[in-house]
Amino acid sequence: MSDTGIGASVRRKEDLRFVQGAGKYTDDMNLVDQVHAYILRSPHAHAAVRSIDTSAARAGEGVVAVFTSEDMAEVGGIPCGWQVHSKDGSAMAEPKHPVLAEGKVRHVGDPVAVVLAESRTQARDAAESIFVDYDVLDAVVDMQAAVTDGATSVHDDVGTNVCYDWGLGDKDAVDEAFSNAHHVSRLDLVNNRLIPNAIEPRCAIGDYDQATGQFTLHTTSQNPHVIRLLMGAFVLGLPEHKLRIHAPDVGGGFGSKIFHYAEEIIVTWAAGQINRPVKWTADRSESFQSDAHGRDHVTTVELAMDADGKFLALRASTLANMGAYLSTFAPCVPTYLHGTLLAGQYSTPVIYCEVKAVFTNTVPVDAYRGAGRPEATYLLERIVQVAADDMGMDATDIRRRNFIQPSEFPYQTPVALIYDTGNYEASLDKALENSDYAGFGNRKAASKEAGKLRGIGISSYIEACGIAPSNVVGSLGARAGLYEAATVRVNPTGSVSVMTGSHSHGQGHETTFAQVVSEKLGIDFDSIDIVHGDTDRVPFGMGTYGSRSIAVGGTAIVNAIDKVVAKGKKIAAHLLETSESDIEFENGQFVVPGTDKAKAFGEIALAAYVPHHYPLEELEPGLEETAFYDPKNFTFPAGTYVCEVEVDPDTGTVEIASFHATDDFGVVINPMIVEGQVHGGLVQGIGQALLEGCNYDDTGQLLSGSYMDYTMPRATDVPSFSVDTTVTECTHNPLGVKGCGEAGAIGAPPAVINAVLNALSEVGVTNLDMPATPHRVWQAIRDAQAS
Amino acid sequence: MSVTVSMIVNGKSVSAEVDPRTLLVDFLRVDQRLTGTHVGCDTSQCGACVVHVNGKSVKSCTMLAAQADGAEVATIESLAIDGQLHPMQEAFRQNHGLQCGFCTPGMIMSALDLVNVNSNPSEREIREWLEGNLCRCTGYHNIVKSIQAGAEAMSEV
Repeated sequence: MSDTGIGASVRRKEDLRFVQGAGKYTDDMNLVDQVHAYILRSPHAHAAVRSIDTSAARAGEGVVAVFTSEDMAEVGGIPCGWQVHSKDGSAMAEPKHPVLAEGKVRHVGDPVAVVLAESRTQARDAAESIFVDYDVLDAVVDMQAAVTDGATSVHDDVGTNVCYDWGLGDKDAVDEAFSNAHHVSRLDLVNNRLIPNAIEPRCAIGDYDQATGQFTLHTTSQNPHVIRLLMGAFVLGLPEHKLRIHAPDVGGGFGSKIFHYAEEIIVTWAAGQINRPVKWTADRSESFQSDAHGRDHVTTVELAMDADGKFLALRASTLANMGAYLSTFAPCVPTYLHGTLLAGQYSTPVIYCEVKAVFTNTVPVDAYRGAGRPEATYLLERIVQVAADDMGMDATDIRRRNFIQPSEFPYQTPVALIYDTGNYEASLDKALENSDYAGFGNRKAASKEAGKLRGIGISSYIEACGIAPSNVVGSLGARAGLYEAATVRVNPTGSVSVMTGSHSHGQGHETTFAQVVSEKLGIDFDSIDIVHGDTDRVPFGMGTYGSRSIAVGGTAIVNAIDKVVAKGKKIAAHLLETSESDIEFENGQFVVPGTDKAKAFGEIALAAYVPHHYPLEELEPGLEETAFYDPKNFTFPAGTYVCEVEVDPDTGTVEIASFHATDDFGVVINPMIVEGQVHGGLVQGIGQALLEGCNYDDTGQLLSGSYMDYTMPRATDVPSFSVDTTVTECTHNPLGVKGCGEAGAIGAPPAVINAVLNALSEVGVTNLDMPATPHRVWQAIRDAQAS
Repeated sequence: MSVTVSMIVNGKSVSAEVDPRTLLVDFLRVDQRLTGTHVGCDTSQCGACVVHVNGKSVKSCTMLAAQADGAEVATIESLAIDGQLHPMQEAFRQNHGLQCGFCTPGMIMSALDLVNVNSNPSEREIREWLEGNLCRCTGYHNIVKSIQAGAEAMSEV
């Protein structure tokens, strides 16, 4: 292993600019002659818009224009990228998602009008003078109430609030297994609604060049080509060669910056209207009301077992909140990213999952770090713990008894996926050893001495990453392919520029991908640059989400490198006057083994661009190759997390005493970066379990609409972590990689809640929903004592 | 209506006519083009905007530019000298104390103020000091390590 190749903890290229405040985020850009947009949003969850009077605003100081939906009649609605079908074969309800409200507002924060002015404060001041005549309607907030007969409809043209009623698995076989089971464990649970909260608020700047007809959108996006495709083809009717999407440094995404948002359309369209650049930056209050939220499931799960605790069947029924409109990938999150994960690490022979997706008068809900897989893992690892308790088994014994064994791969689950490889017991063993699981009794006794309740919890998660084979997702309703693209451009003097469709917003691609290139081409790490985030510079790629960048984007780079090497061999054969089949490429040299004949990579690069001695009749000059890689399967990272908590029974406060993670991510390119990804994911998972909860009141007002109200994890809320890995290599990509971005957020919540409930079992508490806040824990203890 | 504000920013005297309600952070980002100081919230919670005013860490979103009239202001851009990173910046880089980089300038400016009052902070002291700085990427683990390493490096200088 070289200092900068695969497996080395190389310090990040991008940090030199970030630690100096020299990153270039979208809001850092200001274009000549730009105006500022302020978006007037609905203060009501559900109301008819009788009229909008913008006359005072138009007369406001510095105001350039005011627009409502009437001005945008030619602009299409915001499209949804995934169509799910119900059990009965019917397509999901797909009501129009207008850019600005058309006759009705459907959630607090729904955009109603936009003011353009010379300054941001002028735009905001003028917006306050817009008079909107609302006829306030009953709000649909609670999902159970939303699906009862007679409920108010969020969308009049849909008629009900059910978007789809989906099922997966063999229901009859599952029901049969349940009827013959020795024991059935059952659990009702809530997967709490979260707000992603990347620290950089969203920002969008539209620009229009009247001379060329070229539009440019600078935006905080995880996938600029997806935005170009959706906005160009479906919303504004702009051909792709006249639309550039540029996503520069992006300050975190976690899923929330995948989606195509109204503000991107507004600034691009408005720039064309006034022929000046238009800039919009969210303040945090707007982020809370307009960034897609995450999770929000209400689930009943049942697990059937034989007398030995062997799983016979699993049944889960879920209500999943879509919010007021379908966000870009919302329909697939509770279905194909959730139901398909319900085998977990276990050989449960039959599984049935049904999901009813529900419209409510709340902000749209879509993928957030993990996207469906945290919900699947949470319900599964919670019910497994309940089952262990019911059966009087240790949490580890029941898992071992049901793990898919290493000899069983590739493993076809009853919920569509085929796991290629894994070794679940190895991760469990390592996690138990690292956490001194055996010594828990002593630590619990010590806590008791100090008046505290100590608990330990385990979660053995699996996720499906590297999303995904296009033909598979196409058959499941995806309206896009999910390959990735890369161009490897070898420059004449031997440096390399890699244009990747993956997008880095904290993951460190500029470093990790350069390590892959350095290793494969045997060239200096510092002579490699990774270019991303600009549709004018990189080939058509699908961006970053679902922990797909190394498995899919990295493979595209490797495939392009292979083409470069293949061409290099041809050039070398010519220069060395030998047959191409005699040439091998190793350590940056094209060599004829067994001879002293060799050409360095840089010599071949130069020969390709100065083709004086070159097989021009057979080969084009130049050394630049592009590859599009469509993955053969998902990848399946898995692992075991062990969490220990101490609960103060007097205050209900939960402290994480220790947290040990063992993950199998396959081959790890940069251990330092991978550990950092796990740390971050764990804290988002712990945040969900203990702190974070998006709350609406009965009228649909967002109660957790700022950092004063929505509890973000702070440094004092979490411990330092113990992070370790096991390795089974992915069998279907050339790097053997699986992806690591979401694992922490997927595996942590059930580990924490299992630990909290383990601690509280002493005082008779048997169930608790997230977030396990001090008040909720304290109340649960009091309720248990009272009964 | 506008007011004249004058201050020393990163060692340089600057003066400008601004709307009286201009926040210090906007004065720095927009008027002075010092975009290393970031805005992550509107309730003084996230700390992405932390700068030093007269040597103390301040959330520049919570102070009017006019209130900083006559003050000495230091931003993240002042730390590296001739391309040489400050030991705290280097510690963040060496310890992977950042991912997306958006909270990082505020974290580093807060960390430096901590070291000013406590040259050898414990993990607990660092975590408590960071009460006003949010990070969504790192889980704080490596930020804590970075600040410990940075404090140590600064004490050796």
